[in-house]
Amino acid sequence: MRLQARPASFYAPPVPTLDPPASTEKFALDRTFLRSAFQSMLLARILENKLSSLYKAGKIVGGVYLGRGQEAVSAALGTALIQGTDVFGPLIRDQAGRSAFGESLIDCTRTYLGSALGPMRGRDGNVHRGRPLAGMPAMISHLGAQIALISGILFAKRLKGQLEGVVGATCIGDGGTSTGAFHEALNLSGVERLPLVVVVTNNQFAYSTPNDRQFGCGDLVERARGYGFRGWSVDGTDLLACSTVVGEAVRQARHGGGPQMIVAQLLRLAGHGEHDDGFYVPEALRAGHYGQDCIEVAMRQLVANGITSGDEIRLWQEQFAADVQRAVAQAQQEAPPDPYREDWTALSTRFPINQ
Amino acid sequence: MSVTYIDAIRAAQEKLLREDERVFLYGQDIGVFGGAFKATKGLAAMFPGRVFDSPIAEDAMIGLAVGAAIEGLRPIVEMQFADFSAIAFNQIVNQAATHFYRTGVPIPITVRLPSGGTPGSGPFHSQNMEGIYAQYPGLIVLTPATVADAYHMLIDGVALDDPVIYCEHKFLYRWLKAKTINNEHLPIGQARIARPGKHATVVAYSAMVHEAVRAADRLQADGWEIEVVDLRSVKPLDLDTILASVARTGRLLALGEAFPWGGVTAEVVARVSEHGFHLLDAPPQRLNSRDTPIPYHPKLWASHRPTPESICEALRQLLSF
Repeated sequence: MRLQARPASFYAPPVPTLDPPASTEKFALDRTFLRSAFQSMLLARILENKLSSLYKAGKIVGGVYLGRGQEAVSAALGTALIQGTDVFGPLIRDQAGRSAFGESLIDCTRTYLGSALGPMRGRDGNVHRGRPLAGMPAMISHLGAQIALISGILFAKRLKGQLEGVVGATCIGDGGTSTGAFHEALNLSGVERLPLVVVVTNNQFAYSTPNDRQFGCGDLVERARGYGFRGWSVDGTDLLACSTVVGEAVRQARHGGGPQMIVAQLLRLAGHGEHDDGFYVPEALRAGHYGQDCIEVAMRQLVANGITSGDEIRLWQEQFAADVQRAVAQAQQEAPPDPYREDWTALSTRFPINQ
Repeated sequence: MSVTYIDAIRAAQEKLLREDERVFLYGQDIGVFGGAFKATKGLAAMFPGRVFDSPIAEDAMIGLAVGAAIEGLRPIVEMQFADFSAIAFNQIVNQAATHFYRTGVPIPITVRLPSGGTPGSGPFHSQNMEGIYAQYPGLIVLTPATVADAYHMLIDGVALDDPVIYCEHKFLYRWLKAKTINNEHLPIGQARIARPGKHATVVAYSAMVHEAVRAADRLQADGWEIEVVDLRSVKPLDLDTILASVARTGRLLALGEAFPWGGVTAEVVARVSEHGFHLLDAPPQRLNSRDTPIPYHPKLWASHRPTPESICEALRQLLSF
């Protein structure tokens, strides 16, 4: 059964507003930040296009889930965080944020292609990867569950006297905000007043379910106040706006401003996974403001502001394509996990007796 | 002067807080109030900044503990009642239990579950969850039956690098007393012969160990010598001690307070049948609670769980085979 198409006005997200207005002109013009964020967007897009091709060629173990259309807000977050200091709990559509935070390409390709040398060693796949001791925990599929975990890391840093100047951040989609875990974790984080930044990327569809079947409040940012978070709204297709708002929210969290929640409005420019063609997304929405590609928007913005040039972008594209090709080729040459060498134990404790 | 089972749990947490700076306590009403059962009485004052009242958010409480464990701490989370850990089920079995296998980073959290029935507690304050958690890979499930085990197994459990589900029985909290906490104790993973015998083996754990010993004492008058094995931990399961006992007696009754479908008693019977079929002189038996929610009224409750009477009856049948 096909979903009934609705008039475009039904889906039109509210006009993005900044709440509170950020006085961030200086920040927005930070060339280094914007160049770095844009490079992560571009790298993520090239990598994910490659992953999509590999999936369609049957070369991927399991599914492929793309962040296409969500790169701007994800990269802005990853760029605003400091690897080695901060903690980042990426979710399903955060390839750009992962790259910006410093995840290596080979960690990604090894996990997707099933190399035993990847961080998950074939025991988990695709987006469920991370390096917890390097500040990037590996997500589980149960939505909302990473938020309390990130808060726990921050809570422990506070107990150890190491929280000064540290931010923890994690991402979730519009659908994930409906879970009990989301509510519990935001409430708890508000109680503990942790330097937590939660980015809610409202891409209008949770798998196929539109916002009006997902939440009853007008705008998800209204929830922030209820949890004791500071709420921010941003146009997720606009890299300058995302850099400004995310940068400011992270800065406030870092300097004692308490927990922050950012709601980015955008449209997922892919299916839920590469097995899904997204037929349920109305054409009017694709053709509307949020249907624009954040990478194209960013390119225009950065070139117009003299932050980069078309020639430089082409050079980056070539370089990233080569980097991706190398990471894919290397992972493809590596051996898959060997069930005969797997130790098949879920505990780190080795008991002397029969278990 | 005597020490109760809950005194031992409190004393263990005091010792852990004093001796291990990585330990902190997180749970509902465990601060100034000292916990619903007073298992943390006075600890918030003794250890400022290390005993925290949590919001009523079992899922987030465990999520927080997992994050803190990644960061190198050893949280002890008190569920107010084992029953409420159902809300935290996802974080326990999908986050904590899978983490070491997936990432290689162990999660040393201890989740205290006040378990089991007391008269008048009803369907939602009486449950036994050990079988549910034991079913998942990546968890250690402890079920202490004595004052000394309540103390030492909590301390030893916190020292383990893996997630520990510590099932403490509410019926034993104040009823079970010892003169002192005996320092001699077995390591986690090893079962104990609670009462030696030669005609039949009862494998039990937690509060049911005491009911089994009572039943065995009654049957002694008829000349039966019943051996009672206290599992101490249901995961890992000490099959060696169980099989050695069954080898001596030739008869097995697996006894538990949890619901009858599946669970620890089914696991014990299955493993003994698989590995010790040749040792059995009679079909192995199981005795559990009835297959209904746990009733509120003390009269119904007392016949919902196994009692010395029903254990004696089950043993007589086993011995008559």
